[in-house]
Amino acid sequence: MANDYTTRAIDADMGQLNALIAQMGGLAEAQIVAAIDALLRGDHDKATEIVARDKQLDLIEAEVEKLAIQLIALRAPVASDLRQVVAAFKISGMLERVGDHAKNIARSTLKIEDFRFGPIALIPAVAEIAIGMIHATLDAYAAQDPVLAQEVVVRDDLVDALYKELIRSLIEQLAEKTTNVVTATEMLLVARNIERIGDNATNIAEAVYYAATGIVMPDRHKTGD
Amino acid sequence: MSGKNLENANFDRFLHLRRKAYNTVFLVLTALATAIALAALALILETLVVKGVGGIDMAVFTMSQPAPDMAGGLLNAIVGSLVMCAIGMIIALFVGILAGTWLAEYGDGTKLATVVRFLNDILISAPSILIGLFVYELLVRPFHGFSAVAGGVALALLAMPVATRATEDIMRLQPYALREAGMALGANRGHVIRSIIWRASKSGLMTGALLSFARISGETAPLLFTSLGNPFLSFKLTQPMASMPTTIFQFAMSAYDDWQRLAWGGALIIAVAVLTTNIIGRALTRGSTHK
Amino acid sequence: MTVEAPNPFQTDQKTVMIPPPAGDRVIDVQNLDFFYGKNQALYGVNLPVARNKVTALIGPSGCGKSTLLRTLNRIYDLYPGQSATGDIRFDDENILDQAKNSEGLRARIGMVFQRPTPFPMSIYDNIAFGVRLHRRVGKADMDEMVERSLTRAALWDEVKDKLHSSGLGLSGGQQQRLCVARGIAINPDVLLLDEPASALDPLSTAKLESTLIELKSSLTIVIVTHNLQQAARISDYTGFMLLGKMIEFRPSSDAFVSPETRQMQDYITGRFG
Repeated sequence: MANDYTTRAIDADMGQLNALIAQMGGLAEAQIVAAIDALLRGDHDKATEIVARDKQLDLIEAEVEKLAIQLIALRAPVASDLRQVVAAFKISGMLERVGDHAKNIARSTLKIEDFRFGPIALIPAVAEIAIGMIHATLDAYAAQDPVLAQEVVVRDDLVDALYKELIRSLIEQLAEKTTNVVTATEMLLVARNIERIGDNATNIAEAVYYAATGIVMPDRHKTGD
Repeated sequence: MSGKNLENANFDRFLHLRRKAYNTVFLVLTALATAIALAALALILETLVVKGVGGIDMAVFTMSQPAPDMAGGLLNAIVGSLVMCAIGMIIALFVGILAGTWLAEYGDGTKLATVVRFLNDILISAPSILIGLFVYELLVRPFHGFSAVAGGVALALLAMPVATRATEDIMRLQPYALREAGMALGANRGHVIRSIIWRASKSGLMTGALLSFARISGETAPLLFTSLGNPFLSFKLTQPMASMPTTIFQFAMSAYDDWQRLAWGGALIIAVAVLTTNIIGRALTRGSTHK
Repeated sequence: MTVEAPNPFQTDQKTVMIPPPAGDRVIDVQNLDFFYGKNQALYGVNLPVARNKVTALIGPSGCGKSTLLRTLNRIYDLYPGQSATGDIRFDDENILDQAKNSEGLRARIGMVFQRPTPFPMSIYDNIAFGVRLHRRVGKADMDEMVERSLTRAALWDEVKDKLHSSGLGLSGGQQQRLCVARGIAINPDVLLLDEPASALDPLSTAKLESTLIELKSSLTIVIVTHNLQQAARISDYTGFMLLGKMIEFRPSSDAFVSPETRQMQDYITGRFG
């Protein structure tokens, strides 16, 4: 009975689209990892590379857009196919933004001269969670798995909490003048960008959930904040 | 034919030639048969025209049957044929169209319809003399006299199966969707048949009528037993009436030259009439399929 | 999502039904079974038909959508071996009740068929035929009705100068619109269409579709189609059928974005059928 199914022209196109998203996701993830690494080691050369490499993400996003529009025009997708294509469209935009956040972290790295700062342990901790979220949400996309997507969203609370802690610590350090103002400012921006990466991962997960199920992901914050 | 050795090539060639030979023989035979059929038709027509043309003049159409060696024509026979054909056609078409309609519409699929159709097909090729004898028993003996009505009825019985068959055939050809379309507007079955299906079958019905006419216009045997013949022009339906075939029969068997001449003339007239109705019938059918 | 090899022809589950509100239904089919002789073709089918909307029936060949359509105006009465049981509510009565006059029913539920079937008469008479069946109408009134029907069917401009020429002389697309005009001339409450555009070219199809969309403001339409884009273009509700059962029925805006059943999903994405 397995061959009651027709091979469709659209399947090849969808495969191509998914491959592009996977490629974009891998690149974005690598950019974040590299940016955090460059920050922690104070590596200006690496940071410059990261900024330059962001262009690649823009190029792939343009390709995804082009392919998605072509797919809609020529294959007239409906139902799950349609939702997948729209999700790919949205996710490519979000991944491009993730890349931008990584680029911003690298830029901040370039501005910092004095790499002595306080809550150094918090940065890799929160970064790891954010990177994990990106990775998991790309897995969820590839597998069209709504359950995995929901798990990703839960982790964002942790990112937010760590972010708040990071901000509090930095402000404290500024007040006590235990750190350079430029450094602290840039660190605040880095923290912001990492938090934004977490948000983007959440958005991607929500898009994956809708594409897979046809229902908007239920709001986990329904009973108060 | 790549890479075959010599033996295979020879084998193929032999088959091929034999097939070609059969083909040629077949072609020659069919052409010959066609030629024979055409020749027969041509000979008949030629004989009719050559022998009959001499018998045709205005008198044929204006004067009745003459005594031997007197001037005369075939007027009574022509009129008689027309009258009895008319009677026959009216009855045949009335019954035949309704019967054909029943077979195609209401009775379709029933056992009764199968039986009726079968009997109808038998009647189409029933020997006309039997029909004549039957009508004799029915309408001539009990009334102690030959009559035009009996002749008309005999012709009707001959034409009826043709009309039935033609009607059923043409009505079956109409698509079911046409019936459904009529009913979908709220018409009942009978209304759909009368207003739509009959209308759509018009040319087919006309062809059927012409074919029935062609069937009976040349019939002799049944008329011999029913209308007999009448040397005078008569319009009385309960009296014997002349007809073309019977008059020709009588004249042809006679010893008189001018009667024989008239017989040939009459034969030509009948042939022309039958040919014309057949041609018109064909032309009409072709016209409708081309629309 | 799921990894196991799917069986698209499994139809045991309950129908997924997101129907129009009960007060808005002009026809309500409940638990309809249909038989061709001894063979069952429809199994417990439910179909709510919303007033002044277009309801589309889709499904692979042989699923029973045409059979279902043909129960709604009892056109199957023409064929002795066919029978139906169940309840089809129309005007507070069961259509299937044998005692009912089916000709009166067909004056209120009309039908347009797959192949155009103009009657062998003039365009004028084609339209007048149906009207004359049900009432006496004077010439002036009839002229007006003919014009009105042809206008609503978007055919008036093309034929107004040849109303008395034969209906058979029109093009395929025009003939089909003539059949629509003929059907609406008697002012039915519901118009049933059985794959009306399948024999037409794309331009005629587009004209027919825009006609149907305009008509729905004055009557209700049920259309059987195997063209999914058409169903998506013009219908308000879509019912998906498979092997004689109604699998899913919901608003079209939803049906083509997130259908609930696996079978409908697979059918409309072209995985089978």
